[in-house]
Amino acid sequence: MTDRIAEREETAVAAPRIDWIPILLTVGVALVALPLIGSFSTWMTLTVAALAMGMIIFIMASGLTLVFGLMDVINFGHGVFISVGAYMSLLVLWPLTGWVESPSIWLNIAVLVLCILVAMAISGLFGLAFERVIIRPVYRQHLKQILVTMGGLIIIEQLLHVFFGGSPITIALPQNFRGGLAIGPDIIVERYRLIAVVVGVIVFLAMMLVLNRTRIGLLVRAGVENPEMVEALGYRIRRLFVGVFVAGSALAGLGGVMWGFYQQTLTVGMGLQVLVLIFIVVIIGGLGSIGGCLIGSLLVALVANYTAFLEPKVALISNIALMLLVLMWRPQGLYPVVKV
Amino acid sequence: MPDPLLTLAGVHTHIGHYHILQGVDFEIARGSFTVLLGRNGAGKTTTLRTIMGLWRASRGTIRFAGEDVTARPTPDIASAGIAYVPENMSVFSGLTVRENLVLAARAGKIDAARLEWIFSLFPALQRFFDSPAGTLSGGQKQMLAIARALIEPRDLILVDEPTKGLAPAIVGNMIKAFREAKNAGATVLLVEQNFKAARMLGDTVVVMDDGRIVHRGAMAELAADAALQQRLLGLHMEQHA
Ligand SMILES: Nc1ncnc2c1ncn2[C@@H]1O[C@H](COP(=O)(O)OP(=O)(O)OP(=O)(O)O)[C@@H](O)[C@H]1O
Ligand SMILES: [Mg+2]
Repeated sequence: MTDRIAEREETAVAAPRIDWIPILLTVGVALVALPLIGSFSTWMTLTVAALAMGMIIFIMASGLTLVFGLMDVINFGHGVFISVGAYMSLLVLWPLTGWVESPSIWLNIAVLVLCILVAMAISGLFGLAFERVIIRPVYRQHLKQILVTMGGLIIIEQLLHVFFGGSPITIALPQNFRGGLAIGPDIIVERYRLIAVVVGVIVFLAMMLVLNRTRIGLLVRAGVENPEMVEALGYRIRRLFVGVFVAGSALAGLGGVMWGFYQQTLTVGMGLQVLVLIFIVVIIGGLGSIGGCLIGSLLVALVANYTAFLEPKVALISNIALMLLVLMWRPQGLYPVVKV
Repeated sequence: MPDPLLTLAGVHTHIGHYHILQGVDFEIARGSFTVLLGRNGAGKTTTLRTIMGLWRASRGTIRFAGEDVTARPTPDIASAGIAYVPENMSVFSGLTVRENLVLAARAGKIDAARLEWIFSLFPALQRFFDSPAGTLSGGQKQMLAIARALIEPRDLILVDEPTKGLAPAIVGNMIKAFREAKNAGATVLLVEQNFKAARMLGDTVVVMDDGRIVHRGAMAELAADAALQQRLLGLHMEQHA
């Protein structure tokens, strides 16, 4: 008896690290949509649009899922960092109109990179202040968190109102990012969407690198699972959390820049508008899971784009329906994070 | 007599409205191996958690290595030189065995010789070094939890019921690991319901009941006194009969 148990201990095999089912599901959704849509070029256009939108949503949602996972904090204020980021790009776009309109692709890229850096820095600073003033007093009190972070969101929105006015602001894409790119007979995809995908992939890879290859990353992953044990090993989870909060706010700001260019119109409420989508993504993906956040974003964006084309009336509720279906199948989301 | 490494004096702990620890007093001498016994719900886990600062003592003082750590935050207490192996193992299941050990090594790097020693005690950890801890068996997780506490020298190791639900073959290795850690100079406070394992390891014994210490003494004394065992641990034996 004893020996048999011991033997089983010996031969236990480690399961593979990646759960492929949600990934295949996402690919499956895209494939099923093809015959429904009928035309390959339309399908391609919709799919690329969805990938672009999905990657932008991923950038905006990734910080929120870590904040939730690590400290169990519900931050409804997250949306405002998206607006802040988008509006901060104006600080670059207005003085550098020449670069935006320049035929040089390098100047175009430079202006985008500058927008991103400025937006990330300022929304990161807002995040730092937000954590200290608004979040810190309401740890472990979910109801208060919802109310207080909502309040914070309104205050910062009003600040944007004061400085930038209440009416929508139109922004122009840099010269070389406008228009479409023919990538095959009949198939034209908008250039900016490809850029959004590239930026999203870079952010995802960078996050994976940090989370898997650095000590801080290990601590974040460990802390999402069991913050208490991280403390018992001698690490200050609070500091880690502030860092994650600031990084998450900066990423929301980056997402705001990308989203602003995607829509080419900025409104003060734009962050709040996508916040619902972001919460759906975070819940679908599994609270605290970055991989789940990515797959959830792509799934949500694909379903949104396909249904908007196939059945516009259904589009509005399609994401809620998707969330319910996913939760019926996996109540903890696509990639449940083991919590203690 | 040298100062004790750890002293609890009149420690009370409330969890919510419940008054769980009701004046706990004991000392742990440097280099000793103390076993904390007591029936289910006696407050053993609460005692360890209070030492770690995971519950706050509502009254009394806890001194470690000459310093008052009662109100210190958990990370500070850990950094002062205490390793903690909780009841439910608490390995990070999304992290590999290697990553779990890397985080436990505060120095930032795993000492190769120490790692060899751990592998010799728990060969399974070597085999599954790069597998996620979540895929390990219960016994292997327990080994990892203990390895985390042993990967660097610590002044004091707190271990909460490591043998619970484990196959005897693994318990043997675990006992060996604690013996060697003790010989290497570590001080150990072990919560253990299994009196046989406790007797093999401990030199000192503390028994608690209902949030209070009801007996302190040498293990040899308790091991030799069947009547005392019956009185202190009888209830516990009955429960497990
Ligand atoms: N989080 C909690 N909330 C309320 N009561 C608790 C909590 N944790 C423990 N208790 C109570 O405190 C008492 C002591 O619990 P503790 O876990 O310290 O006992 P123990 O000696 O470790 O028991 P066991 O042998 O079962 O592990 C028990 O009555 C338990 O019900
Ligand atoms: Mg216990």
